[in-house]
Amino acid sequence: MSLGPDEVKKIAHLARLAIDDKDVEGYARNLSNILDLFTQMNTIDTTGVAPMAHSQDVSQRLREDVVSEHSQRERFQKIAPQTENGLYLVPKVIE
Amino acid sequence: MYHTKTLAELSRLLQKRETSSVELTRAFLDRISTHDKTLNSFITVTADQALAQAKHADAMIQRGEAGALTGLPMAHKDIFCTLDVKTSCGSKMLDNFISPYNATVVEKLAAAGMVMLGKTNMDEFAMGSSNETSFYGAVKNPWKISAVPGGSSGGSAAAVAARLAPIATGTDTGGSIRQPAALCNLTGLKPTYGRVSRYGMIAFASSLDQAGPMAQNAEDCAMMLNAISGFDERDSTSLDKPVPDYGADLNRDIKGLKIGLPKEFFGDGMAPGVREVINKAIEQYRSMGAEIIEISLPNSHLSVPVYYVVAPAECSSNLSRFDGVRFGYRCKDPQDLQDLYKRSRGEGFGAEVKRRIMIGTYALSAGYYDAYYVKAQQLRRMISDDFENAFKQVDVIMGPTAPDTAFNIGEKTSDPVAMYLSDIYTIAVNLAGLPGMSIPAGFSNNMPVGLQLIGNYFDEARLLNVAHQYQLATDWHKQIPEKFI
Repeated sequence: MSLGPDEVKKIAHLARLAIDDKDVEGYARNLSNILDLFTQMNTIDTTGVAPMAHSQDVSQRLREDVVSEHSQRERFQKIAPQTENGLYLVPKVIE
Repeated sequence: MYHTKTLAELSRLLQKRETSSVELTRAFLDRISTHDKTLNSFITVTADQALAQAKHADAMIQRGEAGALTGLPMAHKDIFCTLDVKTSCGSKMLDNFISPYNATVVEKLAAAGMVMLGKTNMDEFAMGSSNETSFYGAVKNPWKISAVPGGSSGGSAAAVAARLAPIATGTDTGGSIRQPAALCNLTGLKPTYGRVSRYGMIAFASSLDQAGPMAQNAEDCAMMLNAISGFDERDSTSLDKPVPDYGADLNRDIKGLKIGLPKEFFGDGMAPGVREVINKAIEQYRSMGAEIIEISLPNSHLSVPVYYVVAPAECSSNLSRFDGVRFGYRCKDPQDLQDLYKRSRGEGFGAEVKRRIMIGTYALSAGYYDAYYVKAQQLRRMISDDFENAFKQVDVIMGPTAPDTAFNIGEKTSDPVAMYLSDIYTIAVNLAGLPGMSIPAGFSNNMPVGLQLIGNYFDEARLLNVAHQYQLATDWHKQIPEKFI
């Protein structure tokens, strides 16, 4: 399995990662080698095996629907890149 | 000479009031400032906070309120959120991140009275086996400065190996506690998945990540594990099981212990020098009355590909939170929202992190999900079932922790797949969620070799017992690199 430059660019876009054009070829090579490693998985028949997402067979805990956290907006926004009037700022989204 | 003492020995000195926490803390801070220029094992040293914590601890000792850990210095891997202290996770993305809260592990050790000396270097977002992917530069192995300390908890490993801290925390997603412990001659323990809270531990692969101690011996590991284990309602995968006293069984005789040696762990992949050391360690156990049984883990050879599907898939999802909006790095002059996301992430993450995000994104994308992700999860169950079958026959499983001793800095950076194979013996344990340890077992060409011990679920006390008995009979774990004695 090998990935070409266009596929690498597409994956990078899906992952919202800007990558330099000069690096695309290197990523294509590395990612293709990793995908080659994955083909080993096809040597084993897994028909009928239930996928395992997690090592412990537990279900999601529930709790009372009560307030458990207090507002710490100022503390949290102190480390934000850009805020104004208690809001996080990003470039204009709607024209 | 406090630095040549174990955590347990320092604890006894404090309890007998032969020293104070402030004195101990100063001694280790001095060692950090003398030696860490060479090793680069710390990202942040928190001298002022440490001395304040130490004074507080001394007051607790004076009032007779001290526990076993009160006043003892330690270091945290920089993956644990620490209130009002930079928490970088080894990444440019979080270089400016001052955590607004404490991880549960941090909270628990602080409540036990431990003193945090600082935050240790690590592979970026814990993705690496050599500590070379850190934004803050490679960490050096105290046993040979040109060699890697292993990773991803390489800073913690180097710091404890050079005795810049008596003990440190680490995290282990595919071997990140055990492999650096092996490469630096330490005793490291990855607990059962769910044993230690992941709250405030920056997530890499949530179904695999687990925190644990990196220490000089099993007794010290037990002391820290006692304090960090237990249920936490803030972690949805934390398990509500009673916590035993992990120190209580250390002295139990291991006569009749059944040790399984998986034949797959003793194949061609292991360096001859490592094999020699591991075989000697197994003979030591035999002479102590253990029964050695050959077993098979027939699917374990697929651990590496399975892990490199599952872990990147989870990482691509977990790391989507780093978007340049609420915290962390933001690119300059974003043109629009898309540009802000892409450049903040493209500039904030290093190459290995980007590779793994892309692999995960690909494995989860439409058309490939069944072939990669579902297939890997099915194999994960088969790998896990192999262990279940093995533990019907044996009490613990042993083998090498890593295929070779520490490699040189730069040796494997250009070939990610070669780097991934450094974790070939440790990864299966994370996939199954079992507890595992690495203990010092000897040297090959003057470099440390680790013996891996794998236990059944929640059998940490037995692992510690088995490790401690070996450490009573051998002195490999007492060896300190010459430059740091």
